[in-house]
Amino acid sequence: MAEITFITRDNETIKVAATSGSVMTLAVDNGVRGIDGDCGGVCSCATCHVHLEPQDMKLIGEASEIEKDMLELDDNANEFSRLGCQIEISEALDGLVLRVAN
Amino acid sequence: MSDANMNKKVCIVIGASHAGVNFAFALRREGWQGEIILIDADSELPYHRPPLSKTYLSGEEQIDKIVLKPRESYKKEDISLFLGLSVRGINCKDKSITLEDGSIRNYDKLVIATGARPIIPKIAGIEAAKKLFPLRTAADVAAIRNSLAASKNKQVAIIGGGYIGLETAASLNKLGAEVTVLEREERILARVTAAEMSAFFADLHEQHGVAVLTSKNVIEIKWQNEKNELKCSDGSVYRADLVIIGVGIHVNQELAAASGINVENGVIVDAQCKTNMEDVYAIGDCTFHHNPHYNRFIRLESVQNAVDQAKVAAAAICGKQIVYDAIPWFWSDQYDIKLQMVGLSDGYDQALVRKEEGNLNSFSIWYFKKEELLAVDAVNNTKAYVYGTKILKGNQRVDKKKLAAPTEELKLPNILVE
Repeated sequence: MAEITFITRDNETIKVAATSGSVMTLAVDNGVRGIDGDCGGVCSCATCHVHLEPQDMKLIGEASEIEKDMLELDDNANEFSRLGCQIEISEALDGLVLRVAN
Repeated sequence: MSDANMNKKVCIVIGASHAGVNFAFALRREGWQGEIILIDADSELPYHRPPLSKTYLSGEEQIDKIVLKPRESYKKEDISLFLGLSVRGINCKDKSITLEDGSIRNYDKLVIATGARPIIPKIAGIEAAKKLFPLRTAADVAAIRNSLAASKNKQVAIIGGGYIGLETAASLNKLGAEVTVLEREERILARVTAAEMSAFFADLHEQHGVAVLTSKNVIEIKWQNEKNELKCSDGSVYRADLVIIGVGIHVNQELAAASGINVENGVIVDAQCKTNMEDVYAIGDCTFHHNPHYNRFIRLESVQNAVDQAKVAAAAICGKQIVYDAIPWFWSDQYDIKLQMVGLSDGYDQALVRKEEGNLNSFSIWYFKKEELLAVDAVNNTKAYVYGTKILKGNQRVDKKKLAAPTEELKLPNILVE
């Protein structure tokens, strides 16, 4: 079980736990504002944009090339950006804090 | 209905697919305090449709993985779901709808999100054909999968070489079916892409063992010896256990039209998704709406349009003014190929193909009308899709010579006119 914390743009903190699936699905299922997941998780819409804490970059890893390109559609993208649909939940993500980009 | 709800305003949404569901949640987010009632004839918990012909058909994903929202989310947001229920009529004067059982429900605001249904072409014998399926709902896909599993030879004919037909072909191919696509036009995807894209996808399918046959107008279907026999206008005959129909859609606008709501090629709405009737809105695939960027009325079958119009209508109902002003975008996944499209290419006078050095499976087609970029189709080339989107949004001018040269890096502002 991994507990993940989402912090929305209006500073709402939502703590949720899951064992599998993507970060996007977890956020959508728990009504996290700013994570829409319009394309259903196939890296085609960039509506599940999160910012990682700098220290988590190593653990989660950088965005793939397609993902980086998609992130360019969003003005809020920076070096700590990821798309939630491309992050698979595992035990290792326990305690992760993600800031919703939009 | 409890007493506490008696004085609450009621918003009824007819159609609980991508547009209707997104609208319901957006309406709550915008601050609507009243009731929200979502009605759909489909009895499944509302789901994403794009995976139906892709990962859901191929069995990579189960229905619970493609639901739009989990059941608890509707409860949490106090959105009432009425599934497996048809709406028989709308009475705009009384502000009410009639359900299939004859019961009447009043609304303060009504949203029509009725989408579309597959066209079943008028082919001789089609009514008597067995194991013949459209592909629009989860139930359709379940029927196709069951039928394929029970079939010994697993021969499938797909009538129509559009995106649905081709995605279905790729997914069934993955499941081990022997697939033949019968396209009426001279090339597949004829209505929506340039010839280069059609050729690419025809090759792709052939490489995977799918027969892609063009100029094949099916004129008769006969069920014979436990198989469907499909006869084409050129005299050729094809046999298949299963037949899948993917020749386009009819807009579900009859309900609206019968109640005096203006329709043309879809339910006519303004920039706030309002119809001509007081307090009646329409969103998603069923709308005929003005697109400011292309300055014409269009109807779109897309997730983008469903989501964007859902937001606009929710804001409008809550007294905010957002105007619908979106560049359409689409995607299609077939095998390991990712096709991303932005813009509308209709009326183009030049389709410029850009190839990327060292990657045969990555290219893009840029559609122009004189100097104006209209649309981009990008194959395994998200950069082209992203920059195309930016150029369209910024109404920028492209340096066509640079764009066509693989040695010029695909980035902004490099490919723009200086």
